[in-house]
Amino acid sequence: MSLLTIKNLSVAFGNPANPFRAVENMDLTVNQGEIVGIVGESGSGKSVTMMALMGLIDAPGRVTADELSFDGKNLLKLSARERRKIVGKDIAMIFQDPMTSLNPSYTVGYQIMEVLKVHQGLRGAKLKQRALELMEMVEIPAAKSRLDAYPHQLSGGMSQRVVIAMAIACNPKLLIADEPTTALDVTIQAQIMDLLVNLQKSQNMALIMITHDLAVVAEMADRVAVMYAGQVAELGRVPELFRQPAHPYTEALLASIPEHSKGAERLSTLPGIVPGQYDRPSGCLLSPRCPYVQERCRAERPQLTPSANGSVRCHFPLIAQPVEIRDRKVAQ
Amino acid sequence: MLLFLFRRLSVLIPTFLGVTLLTFGLIRMIPGDPIEVMVGERTLDPAMHAAAMHRLGLDKPLPAQYFDYLTNLLHGNFGESLITRDSVWHEFTTLFPATLELATAAMIFAVVVGLLAGVIAAIKRGSIFDHGVMGISLTGFSMPIFWWGLILIMFFSVKLGWTPVSGRLDLAYDITPRTGFMLIDSWLAERADPSANAGAFVDALKHLILPAIVLGTIPLAVIARMTRSSMLEVLREDYVRTARAKGLSPARVIFIHTLRNALIPVLTVVGLQVGTLMGGAVLTETIFSWPGIGKWLIDAIARRDYPVVQNGILIVATLIIVVNFIVDILYGIANPRIRHAK
Repeated sequence: MSLLTIKNLSVAFGNPANPFRAVENMDLTVNQGEIVGIVGESGSGKSVTMMALMGLIDAPGRVTADELSFDGKNLLKLSARERRKIVGKDIAMIFQDPMTSLNPSYTVGYQIMEVLKVHQGLRGAKLKQRALELMEMVEIPAAKSRLDAYPHQLSGGMSQRVVIAMAIACNPKLLIADEPTTALDVTIQAQIMDLLVNLQKSQNMALIMITHDLAVVAEMADRVAVMYAGQVAELGRVPELFRQPAHPYTEALLASIPEHSKGAERLSTLPGIVPGQYDRPSGCLLSPRCPYVQERCRAERPQLTPSANGSVRCHFPLIAQPVEIRDRKVAQ
Repeated sequence: MLLFLFRRLSVLIPTFLGVTLLTFGLIRMIPGDPIEVMVGERTLDPAMHAAAMHRLGLDKPLPAQYFDYLTNLLHGNFGESLITRDSVWHEFTTLFPATLELATAAMIFAVVVGLLAGVIAAIKRGSIFDHGVMGISLTGFSMPIFWWGLILIMFFSVKLGWTPVSGRLDLAYDITPRTGFMLIDSWLAERADPSANAGAFVDALKHLILPAIVLGTIPLAVIARMTRSSMLEVLREDYVRTARAKGLSPARVIFIHTLRNALIPVLTVVGLQVGTLMGGAVLTETIFSWPGIGKWLIDAIARRDYPVVQNGILIVATLIIVVNFIVDILYGIANPRIRHAK
């Protein structure tokens, strides 16, 4: 049984008669101890999906799903109070900008200990001991003196380590990292990524990594979901999916990596932008930008169907039929 | 920090000079002098008038008078009232507790109700409660104090008879002032002699309620609006999202993670309201015959009691400056980023 199952998740905003669906028909499963990457352009619904999972979408946003279960519990059926017992404890999240993710009015120690107090009821010396332990786990030097530091006294990298310490405080089964390195210096990025992967291994957590960086996904993830305009365009195993993309969008994403344009005068791009609220096409959402577009694509919206390396949402996948895969089982 | 304090204090010198110059000049621009006001409509012998003015030192040229005034100030001498012959400082200290009691009650009312209303309005943004609070606070902010006071007196005191019309305590009670705060004095007196002073405390409280509400209305409106907008701003911050992602209860997210940060700008406003409070006290005390600083200054202006006006206002101005100074220091406590700035 998978740890996390999302089936047909939709997140809609705006007036109910004519809602804007930031996420639509989203399917994703995550197994225990697995690293799943989610990639896609800005506005493709990566973060919103995860916010919905965490229960952080406020009215007027509406979350609907056929199934949203975690560790055998149906998250949609839980009361807000019961859900808060899971959020921050079994599912934890790391955000993009560490400099604004920490409350400026409280010390680092307080903010780490708060999680432990609320979810595990730790008090006194034990609490402090555990907080120190966590800070050492995320490799914060001179942890003891940093306990009383305020966030503005820390660098971005240090702050992100504190955020990670907070997230792993209760040994979560699933850690969601929402572009955890986007706001950091390049030199720090690699350190934070290494830290996350090491923690994922040592704690045996599942890790969902939202990122723009395809190289990171290729290197770390077991599987990857490529999102476009609120839907999963393609889902499959790494590195097969990168070698043989079935969806034109995945292919375009890979082609846009600068290394793939070596020698060319200009970098390869996919012209156009992700459709917004008012310019969603009636057929395939990619149809206005797709280089392989055909008549059927403009008329009919494709469903997610099994493909060579996983599943793909395209009428005319680039590799038509599932090819035989040696020894590895195809993920759904 | 020491340098910062020193710099802040040195800025105060021109401020004080400005206050003295303004009060000295303005009171003398009003037609009539203390002697004429004292004599009233009776005809006054010009020779006697000149002699009286000479005795008070008011016949000297203005620059010389101003110089005398400053010299006295520098010697810590606030002078004495031309009318009562009592020292200004003594009159001030006698009357100030009444104003302080009123202002404190008004501020407590404004802060407690204003913070609560602002926080709830922010959480329930767009609801009927939110629109109601914002509408009422706009009305409260725009309401002339004297009119608002009279309306409340007419309704609660005259029509319903719930509260007394004016003063600090019913004349039936004879209570020796010990602290100058009527609530404390009446409570002490009632405890010392329960039979003679039965109900004194409740009576003092009843006298205080309406003036406090009237005086607190404008600060209340300002605080409620400021709290709401500041809360809304902080609620959008990333760290509030982090707090929610930690699985904290909504109460914890709002009171621990949001309100603390939202309070920083509110604190500024509260500090600035102390000035409004002193200005409002003048009107409120006049309406409710509250024997405090405001009424004292109004009476002094009417009598052209130059030393009282000049020094009374100077003392009040000093108070406001000191309060704002304290607010600056409180900032550091509410906001660690300031505390740690080098």
